[in-house]
Amino acid sequence: MTETSHDEAASFEADPFEQRWIVVSLILLIAFMVTVTIAGFALGFQVPGAESRVDPRTVADSPPWNEPGLRDLGGGEYAAYVISRQYLFDPRTITVPVGSSVTFYLTSIDVQHGFLLQNTNVNMQVVPGEVSRLTVDFDEAGEFDYICNEFCGAGHAAMFGSVIVEADEGGA
Amino acid sequence: MLTQQSVYEVSKKDRRFVGAHLLVAIGALSVGSLFGPLQAFEWSGLDLYGLLEPLGLGDYYKGLTIHGVLNALVWTTFFITGFLTLVMIVGLKRPLRYPTLNRVGFYTMVVGLVMAAIPILAGAASVLYTFYPPLAASWAFYLGLTLVVVGSWIEGYGFYLTMAEWRRENPGTRSPFIVLAALITMVMWQFAALGIAVEILTMLLPAALGIIDGTDPELGRTLFWFTGHPLVYFWLLPAYISWYGMLPKQAGGKLFSDTLARLAFWLFLLLSIPVGFHHQFADPGVPVGWKYIHSILTYGVAFPSLLTLFTVVASLEYAARKRGGRGLLGWIRALPWGNPVVSAQLLAGILFMFGGIGGITNASYSVNLVIHNTAWVPGHFHLTVASATTLSFFGISYWLIPYLTGKPLWKPKWASVVNWSWFVGMMIFSNAMHVLGLLGAPRRTELGKAPYVPDEWSGHLFRMSLGGAILLVGVTLFVVIAARTAFQKRRFAAGEGVEFPIAVSMRDPQLTPLWLDRFRPWLIATAVLVVVAYGPQLLDQFSNASFNSPPISP
Repeated sequence: MTETSHDEAASFEADPFEQRWIVVSLILLIAFMVTVTIAGFALGFQVPGAESRVDPRTVADSPPWNEPGLRDLGGGEYAAYVISRQYLFDPRTITVPVGSSVTFYLTSIDVQHGFLLQNTNVNMQVVPGEVSRLTVDFDEAGEFDYICNEFCGAGHAAMFGSVIVEADEGGA
Repeated sequence: MLTQQSVYEVSKKDRRFVGAHLLVAIGALSVGSLFGPLQAFEWSGLDLYGLLEPLGLGDYYKGLTIHGVLNALVWTTFFITGFLTLVMIVGLKRPLRYPTLNRVGFYTMVVGLVMAAIPILAGAASVLYTFYPPLAASWAFYLGLTLVVVGSWIEGYGFYLTMAEWRRENPGTRSPFIVLAALITMVMWQFAALGIAVEILTMLLPAALGIIDGTDPELGRTLFWFTGHPLVYFWLLPAYISWYGMLPKQAGGKLFSDTLARLAFWLFLLLSIPVGFHHQFADPGVPVGWKYIHSILTYGVAFPSLLTLFTVVASLEYAARKRGGRGLLGWIRALPWGNPVVSAQLLAGILFMFGGIGGITNASYSVNLVIHNTAWVPGHFHLTVASATTLSFFGISYWLIPYLTGKPLWKPKWASVVNWSWFVGMMIFSNAMHVLGLLGAPRRTELGKAPYVPDEWSGHLFRMSLGGAILLVGVTLFVVIAARTAFQKRRFAAGEGVEFPIAVSMRDPQLTPLWLDRFRPWLIATAVLVVVAYGPQLLDQFSNASFNSPPISP
């Protein structure tokens, strides 16, 4: 056989079962795409984005990072500025009343860290030179640990802090 | 059919060359694997690092670096380059065009390995196998890794030149599937490795040498993951070559579809690179829009894996029915489970199905925040690189070492024990890791020393270390079998031996359309897609780069 005759006979051919499987696969993947799109953009389950850049060598000298901690924005809304460094979070505890909506801002002044707030959807990479931001609503009283989940050096395992959500004293 | 029946005799020199790759690979595995169970035991409260202190190996994170570098980078890269070298030679039925070039590549890799190993063992590179800046390692670590990568590229160039020569000798003939697949694997790797090459050469190495004061850590992450995700396909595709191109033959059947097998490999080339931001969903500094686009493209790269699931299972069903298997699922029992070469790959495939489901979760944009940097992630990749890849490589070794040495497999029944202990151990280990991740346990942490571990985790931590212990038994037995096979005195008697398994396709490969046997259109499409999916964000991060994060030792 010559090359021409091969190429004329050659064709893209898939078995009927295989064709059906391809269709099922595509439907499955499109369903996943639609689901994450709705969750992310209609229901607001968002990931951190490009917030702002800072200089890791000097960031701790100027506002708001020179005074890490909680800011009451009124109306149950708070901003929490947390500095990460080997091997602690500053501040180590944050206390808010139940029903608060807290936006966490994090940056690092040395190496990369992580900020995993237990039992919430807050989980951020903390990178020198960048600010990470996510918001969480605390609807239940209790203690929520935030732990460093990126390897940052020998003392990494000890690096954690806590959000204390206090019950409403007047009764909800 | 006819051409594939004739046997090509690989020269003794080439067998030794491939064997040298395996020697380094299995040597690395045997050392690196010891540290996995140590980590598992430490998590469950049994800290054995004190025993290793006299050897200078008492540091958890030094051990974790060794485990990651040797198992995920060295075992894989050396096994893959060796295995693919043989695939090229036997598949094309001709020696390498420039054997010296391939030897230069191999020795470059060996020099790089030694250069990286020295600072790791000296404790000057305990930065784990992701070496995120500004954590700093010795310059020798970065240079050593660079040489390993460059060496693998050189071996790839040797493959391309061999292929070009074969094309000249065989005009109009479709390339053999396993050869095309080997070449696609190498091309994909060379494309993908550009990210890490730029990261090391422009930031990490100059910073380690004191030429620049600091790095831009977020730019480093983007460049790392440009390479980091396709790297997992570099580990996986050689296993796929065996599943598609060899396993059907070993199970007693044929490859169901040559056309779909080639299409799957091309789609891996096209889609495995522009998906790296799915490792950075939790990152600052990358806009949500790009993360979303990469999430969608990641579903795209799941498509060729779903194609693979169909084609491989269909090929196996054909083999099983030929062997007398019956029933909707009853045919599965008719597969040659007693052959350790086959059972390793079947069990690897089953573990990989769970890995694939977990992978979809990881890729799912905001869902990723539930598991990012938790124990779930190592739970996941122990089902992929440590199962789909590693257990398949075990299965390949059971015929490859006898093929290379002319010596029969030492105690094949024990090889079956390796496979099943790996399967059972990994099921227990990875399930526990996934659950721990969902409960919020962080990965890459010396958890036995962590003050925040709740009692709720302890049962799962115990299961995890139990799985780790079973895996240690499995891998130890594998290394013993490999060594006893290679270094025994006994040889195959006349008329005995192992043949190189090449599965025949049900349809003549000459009938596969030409566009599935041509590199140019796919290379262009890949380059275009990478530029579209990565170009704007990379440009933005480069033009706004600030190299102001000074290196800091861990």
